[in-house]
Amino acid sequence: MNKGLIAALAIIFLGVGVFILASEKPKKTATMAETASPVEGKTITIAVPSFLTGGAAGPFGIPAMNGAKMVIDAINAGKLPAPYNTKGFGGATASIVAIDEGGGATKQVAEYRNLVEKRNVDAIVGYISSGSCLAVAPIAEELKQFTIFATCGTPRIFEELDRKYVFRTMSHATADNVAAAMYVRERYPNLKAYTGINQNYAWGQDSWRDFVLTLKQILPGATVSTNIQFPKIFAGQYGSEISAIALDEAELVHSSFWGGDLEAFIFQGNARNLFKKKVGVFTVGDTGVYRLGKNLPDGLILGARGPYGILVRERNSDLNQWFINTYKNLHDTYPSGPAYQYGQAILAAKIAFDKVGSDSSSERLGDALRGITFESFSTTVEMVLGGGHQAVTENGYGVTKYVSGNAENIVTDVKFYPGACIMPPKDVNSVDWIEGGMKGAKC
Amino acid sequence: METVLTIFLDGLQFSSYLFIVSAGLTIIFGVMKILNVAHGSFYAWGAYTSAFFIGKFSDMGVPDVFGFFIIIAAAIVVGVVLGFIIEQGILRHMYRQDGILIVLATFGLFLILEDVILIAFGTDPYFAYHPMALLGSVELGGITRDIYGLTLIGVAAIVATGCWFTLNKTKWGAILKAVIFDREMGISMGINVPLVYTMTFIAGAILGGLGGAYIAPTVSVSPGLGTEVIVLSFAVVVVGGMGSVAGAAIGSLIIGLLRALAVHELPQAELFVVFAVMAIVLVFRPEGLFAPVKPRKI
Repeated sequence: MNKGLIAALAIIFLGVGVFILASEKPKKTATMAETASPVEGKTITIAVPSFLTGGAAGPFGIPAMNGAKMVIDAINAGKLPAPYNTKGFGGATASIVAIDEGGGATKQVAEYRNLVEKRNVDAIVGYISSGSCLAVAPIAEELKQFTIFATCGTPRIFEELDRKYVFRTMSHATADNVAAAMYVRERYPNLKAYTGINQNYAWGQDSWRDFVLTLKQILPGATVSTNIQFPKIFAGQYGSEISAIALDEAELVHSSFWGGDLEAFIFQGNARNLFKKKVGVFTVGDTGVYRLGKNLPDGLILGARGPYGILVRERNSDLNQWFINTYKNLHDTYPSGPAYQYGQAILAAKIAFDKVGSDSSSERLGDALRGITFESFSTTVEMVLGGGHQAVTENGYGVTKYVSGNAENIVTDVKFYPGACIMPPKDVNSVDWIEGGMKGAKC
Repeated sequence: METVLTIFLDGLQFSSYLFIVSAGLTIIFGVMKILNVAHGSFYAWGAYTSAFFIGKFSDMGVPDVFGFFIIIAAAIVVGVVLGFIIEQGILRHMYRQDGILIVLATFGLFLILEDVILIAFGTDPYFAYHPMALLGSVELGGITRDIYGLTLIGVAAIVATGCWFTLNKTKWGAILKAVIFDREMGISMGINVPLVYTMTFIAGAILGGLGGAYIAPTVSVSPGLGTEVIVLSFAVVVVGGMGSVAGAAIGSLIIGLLRALAVHELPQAELFVVFAVMAIVLVFRPEGLFAPVKPRKI
């Protein structure tokens, strides 16, 4: 082969690479080195698993890790607003061990054991995938390791078994879809028919089930389409599904799509005027709202898996404004739901360490967190379900609107539902609770 | 009638997508007998390169129509650069190895290239909607369709015609068929087989890159993009017959149309249909529907 040709191709390749790297806007990142001098003396290690590679990294994993790092750095420096303005975790400076959640449940179990048995971490705070949480929860109990789940949604974690060492600081997925159904009922009381498109795995199927069960209870006059779409996760191409939805008589489309699937569906649906003819309800739409910019159609009903992200931009508490401003300053974008959820879980860890000290056992840390109520950045977190291990928070929805003057999306008509209204009471399974008419709901 | 037309158009559009991404895979296998798992990376790199430059040029105020040139250029640059480096740098040294080792090597390459994408482009998505927005939409069969999606059918037709013409009407096609039929005999007749391999691999890589580059305006270009496509491509080439371009076209049509029918009439079976077709073909005709004839050697 001609050596000149080889050299020319190598130069082209290098040129493209240099262009790409040169064009990358340098991003400010929060690192330990940037924070104020650490608290002298004790140190603890907090492992933070999150998706750092794969399709879930961009919409979930990276914002989540950014949120966790930002809050840990601020706590180390004593820069969080009151009442969390004491330095450190029980006085100790925390170092962070970032773990990639990608690779499946088996890898996560091995990684978890490694963190506990070889790296002797003091707390593990994170996890986005329900599959990861289901896999590591029994290992956490076996190894007796203080663990806080930050984002994963499956209700099964605390509904199937009692836990001693595992906590979750946000509501589970039932709240997302019960709140969505309630919002739909209020905006479209005369809704005749609805359909759905959800990813074909536990998350998508459970989300659709909870949404349908709730609407059957609170809006029985609306009929469910017989043509419900469950494309494969990361399918990317939804031409046929959009056609099927367009031909369906349903007026409203429910979706728990997230990440690239959410964005691709919105792109392709937008190009075919789908959202001018049907109302879209996106329970995790918040993860795409800043990324899509003007490509996000007006009029979508959008959730953030709780009172997070774009839904709470206008909340003026010191904690929330600190969270928004610091995150935007560091990462040049507003924080989305996952950033809040991880920050909230780190805050819970601080509360536990502050209560019982940085050198406390997992048992004592668990005792410190069990059943408490605390103010987080954007909401009040009540650890009242699952024997005090599962949080209940409010959840809300709003309607998207692009403001061309500011070149950004906002949400209007935001409404929040109290946790006691959208989550089952103690010791009641979520599905049974919805099917039983949501008895005891305090709306 | 509207539903039938919609199913047909949906199926044809998805078939076109499948054919574009699987044509390169089947060409490489047909000539080189390499099952190239890294084909998904060509797709992903094509998509990223196209989306990156479409976005950049749009920001610079370049008219959106220029996006179509970027799509073609991205496919060619990615195919030539990556195809050349991989064939010359790695595969050339493995042709005498067992086929399974070469598959493993391409799988390793796939993983490496996925990580290189993360390093080069980061985890944030890239959007290149401009060409799709430029073409607008049209009412067909009672529903709105985006014209860009329909052009996919034309692109697939051009690729299929180009492959047919090259293989059947050019000297280069005759050389390719000779190498496919009997590599040793081709060498003895004076064919520069290493050059044929290099050019074939680059051509296959360009087609993979074209698939990604053309799809980029319709999706969020984000990490993991190439994983899904490689699974579908394998299903297509297995159904059509590994190494057969006509087989890839027919396999794409069968899978695309049946999948569209399932989405409209029995959505629960959408995922099942693709692999059920593959399983049935494997049971009754393991070599695929249109596998190239193999010479009997003594």
